[in-house]
Amino acid sequence: MKKLSNFKNNLSKNLQWQNFLPQFFLLLFFCLLIFYFTRNAQINLLARNITSGFDFLSTNSGFDVQFSLIPYDGSFSFGRAYLVGLLNTLLVSFFGIIFASILGFIIGISRLSENLLLSKLSLFYVELFRNLPLILQIFFWYFVVLRNLPSTEKSLILLNFLIINVQGFYFPKFIFTNFPFVLYGIIFAILTIFLVKYYSNKMFYNTGKYLPVFKLSLVFLILFPLIFSFLGNVGLKFEQAKLIQNFGIFNYVGGVKLVPEFLALLFALSLYTSAFIAENVRAGILSISKGQKEAAKSIGLNNSLSLKLIIIPQALRVIIPPTTNQYLNLVKNSSLAAGIGYPDLTSVFAGTSLSQTGKAIEIIFIVMMTYLSISLFISLILNWYNKKIAFISK
Amino acid sequence: MKIKNLINWSKQNLFSSVFNSLISLFCIYLIIISLPPFIDWAFLSATFEGKLKTDCKTSGACWVFVKVWFEKFMYGFYPVENIWRINLSFLILILSIAASFFVKDKFKIYILFFLIFIFPIIAFILIHGSFGMQIVESREWGGLALTFILAIFGIIFSFPLGVLLALGRRSELPVIKYFSICFIEFWRGIPLITVLFAAAVMFPLLLPADTYVDKTLRIAIGIAIFESAYIAEVVRGGLQSLSKGQYDAAKSLGMGYWKMNIFIILPQAIKTVIPGIANTFIALLKDTPLIVLVGMAEILGMINLAKANPYWLGMAVEGYVFAAAIFWVVSYFLSSYSQKLENKYSTEKK
Repeated sequence: MKKLSNFKNNLSKNLQWQNFLPQFFLLLFFCLLIFYFTRNAQINLLARNITSGFDFLSTNSGFDVQFSLIPYDGSFSFGRAYLVGLLNTLLVSFFGIIFASILGFIIGISRLSENLLLSKLSLFYVELFRNLPLILQIFFWYFVVLRNLPSTEKSLILLNFLIINVQGFYFPKFIFTNFPFVLYGIIFAILTIFLVKYYSNKMFYNTGKYLPVFKLSLVFLILFPLIFSFLGNVGLKFEQAKLIQNFGIFNYVGGVKLVPEFLALLFALSLYTSAFIAENVRAGILSISKGQKEAAKSIGLNNSLSLKLIIIPQALRVIIPPTTNQYLNLVKNSSLAAGIGYPDLTSVFAGTSLSQTGKAIEIIFIVMMTYLSISLFISLILNWYNKKIAFISK
Repeated sequence: MKIKNLINWSKQNLFSSVFNSLISLFCIYLIIISLPPFIDWAFLSATFEGKLKTDCKTSGACWVFVKVWFEKFMYGFYPVENIWRINLSFLILILSIAASFFVKDKFKIYILFFLIFIFPIIAFILIHGSFGMQIVESREWGGLALTFILAIFGIIFSFPLGVLLALGRRSELPVIKYFSICFIEFWRGIPLITVLFAAAVMFPLLLPADTYVDKTLRIAIGIAIFESAYIAEVVRGGLQSLSKGQYDAAKSLGMGYWKMNIFIILPQAIKTVIPGIANTFIALLKDTPLIVLVGMAEILGMINLAKANPYWLGMAVEGYVFAAAIFWVVSYFLSSYSQKLENKYSTEKK
């Protein structure tokens, strides 16, 4: 008896029951829940004659998608379909992020404009787009705007470059010959820029003067690829989409075609996210006290230098973390493509593939894990950046 | 005299420099090409009277469409004779929120208690039906009412879980801490639509074959769990803003973990994050229409249904503009209210 109480005392000292028990029960509960779900899933799948596992990824999918960056049709595997969806998600997210950033930056600056009309208009823009559900905006662009564009025969042709009709937007395709030389030019330009930057820094420490690195870089980036393409005999041809009549139906063939589903999603995502980014930009610029500007002036910095060295670095510190969050939201929101049938990850994989195979658990798991990886990757970059700027602030 | 003032004012604000004038002219141009056509379409040459599509003879909007389908947009396929039950539950909600503005701070906690614990039961009994009222299965719920029901259910039920997760994330016990972190980051890292798909098609596979959980309930639970991760992060912000002295003071009074959190820490933390919770709710309200993608008869689903009706083809614009107007008004006023709260609390702190 005495031994037992001793044992208990020892345990409570070593393990601290008070701390141990809740953790133990949480683990136990979690494991039991998982066990319960797996057991039920096994029974249910057996009853429905569905095998579990990821073998289906290598079997033929048997369905087609209307927009793909890589060659794909029904004879390819479900794994390939996953890749098609993932690439489409990344494509619309990439362009969405670029457009949303540009628009958001412009609107955010306009919000602070001294011109009353401009600042009020930007305010209207922000309030309009951020207070409407994104899915409604996507429906609006898709069903109302893009569906009411002129038919193929009456296409709008802008500057002989962009063709707009109800089937989508057509751009000419750029066809290069000897394309690698352009890449060599870009690589050479980047190397030169590093060299110039190095010399500029050295000069700055020795003499206090420095070279206009940014302007020089721009010049190099344009000049060297041009020189290289001239030397390497690089040719560039435009392949414009052509109107072809087939069995009495007009159709554009060739060129680069952007389907209306992609455009509707891109427009809605860019406008919606830009409204939030605009607010971040505004808050970032407002966060810098007037004293900073005056201090910059008083140590003799001119306007552009004070912007470059004082204002923008500090504003960016406030702007970038919430804006990265908005980028993350944009990637996640691109899954709303399922509403209009743009073949993104969710709609190709969690939609079509799921209904074809019936493997709900595996497919939902893959889709969730994919989005989770993208999110974690972006937050990792954000954390790295936050640490970097935190170091500077000390 | 007034005109002179106006000219002076515009000279100072709009045409102070060449660049400024160009911007102003551009803005005026934008307004002229967009505003008058919209007003003309929506009001001046719109049709308000009538019962059929053929009554719309003018070039403007055909609001007859919205008028005829109004009940469907608002309540979905909910039986018409029972709509008063939905209205009554929303009336109770609005009245109890309105009452919280007028009563003393001491009673506000009771209203909060009522909203979290008692109101959901009353609303469920009213909307679903019981005690001799005709039972309306949840698959008949729809329209804007369903959007609001799910959003409000989501925020109310995510709140307790979110608070627990926030406490868990700050806990010193490693298992609980890392479990909370993983849970929160998992739900925050995936889009809501995958949660809805999981609730709609995957979740039934994980339950015993003979149990049937209603689809609306599954989706509501999915939304609540999803939202709890966001609430947890908001509440964590509030917990972090408290000074360590509060914890020390509570401990020195001999309070245990739960007593300290319930009576000292959480009341202060939650008070500071009320605007954050309001913002989370607004975001949720804008996300809830997504349920249309898993086949719920939500307002956008009803509009999609109505515009595909052979007698009402080509009415998509009116439907979407109507839904947009409702969502915009609700979301705008809620967010300006939460901004007001934010200002109020931030001045109180100072």
